[in-house]
Amino acid sequence: MKDLGTLGTLAWFFALMSLFAIGGANSAVPEIHRFAVDVQHWMTDPQFSDIFGLAQLTPGPNVIVVTLIGYHVAGLAGALVATLAMCGPTCLLAFYVGRTFDRFRGASWQVALAGGLVPVTLGLTAASAVVVARAADDTWVAVGITVATALMTYWIRVNPLWIFAVAALLGLSGVV
Amino acid sequence: MNDAPPAPRATEPVAAAAPPRPSLSELFVAYALISLYGFGGVLAWSRRMMVEERRWLTPEQFNEAYALCSFLPGPNIVNFSVIFGSRVRGPLGGLVALVGLLGPPMLLIIIIGALYAHYGDLPALRRALIGVTAAAAGLIMSTVAKMALPLFRNRAVSGPVIALATFGAIGIAQWPLPIVLAVVLPISLALAWVRR
Repeated sequence: MKDLGTLGTLAWFFALMSLFAIGGANSAVPEIHRFAVDVQHWMTDPQFSDIFGLAQLTPGPNVIVVTLIGYHVAGLAGALVATLAMCGPTCLLAFYVGRTFDRFRGASWQVALAGGLVPVTLGLTAASAVVVARAADDTWVAVGITVATALMTYWIRVNPLWIFAVAALLGLSGVV
Repeated sequence: MNDAPPAPRATEPVAAAAPPRPSLSELFVAYALISLYGFGGVLAWSRRMMVEERRWLTPEQFNEAYALCSFLPGPNIVNFSVIFGSRVRGPLGGLVALVGLLGPPMLLIIIIGALYAHYGDLPALRRALIGVTAAAAGLIMSTVAKMALPLFRNRAVSGPVIALATFGAIGIAQWPLPIVLAVVLPISLALAWVRR
């Protein structure tokens, strides 16, 4: 059956991709693009970038781009299979690593591991903020939105959703 | 389930307030909210929920769990939800947190995808997205700044130096990630081992 074949392809491909998604789902996007567009011809290039854009517009973890690709390829079953394949194996791994970590709480190897990983992670996350800002801030208005959001969410206990709503309206009106 | 914790005996040092242990439904709601608020990435919203609003984790605990998840394969916050959920409520807790985080956006994106297939007006959405992305960049910045506070308050200087070096190498100099990690990670781990 062709359908089962497609679902099987979705399953093994995204299970494989999940292992490459270190530091977030977006690190696997280039490879997903190559496979979906160039190898399998599941969609055209513009279709892929529309799907990626829709995933950015939808709140939630970036990984749900995989849901929409699965849906495009094989409907609801495809959406489920792709998402499960992308998250299942790594979630199991996270479960066992987390349990091991908690079991040895306070052990010196663990204090050292956490103490060593935290500063690097913070540096990486700060760098990713700059990368996002560099891509997003083409105009002075955009730079202003970034700076204003950073300052307001740092100093005031404002719900960022309000800021996002204003930013979306500014974008929609074409000012940005 | 016994909700009332036994009163601490007078001889026991009063530990830094026992961490609150969310129920399964509280876990689900928290993660569903994180995902539904999560425009421009869920890191900022997870920290806001776990550390600032619900106070389930201290800033230091959040940093440690997030660092661990960042170096595991798979989406960071998805891993985080599994690790935190199963820490407080066992395997079922991990599953509930995961479904809370992934369920709502999966439904949403399928609906959005179906709507778009019928009457897609992506140019308008894209323009709105430009504004939201600019704001999201600012939100990540303030979140990282808050996350870095415990590191900079620590007496050890090696943490801030490593964090700033990693940031400079990737964020400013734009050197390739694998090479930077291959250099910085062993140094950071070795320093942490000596300091432990």
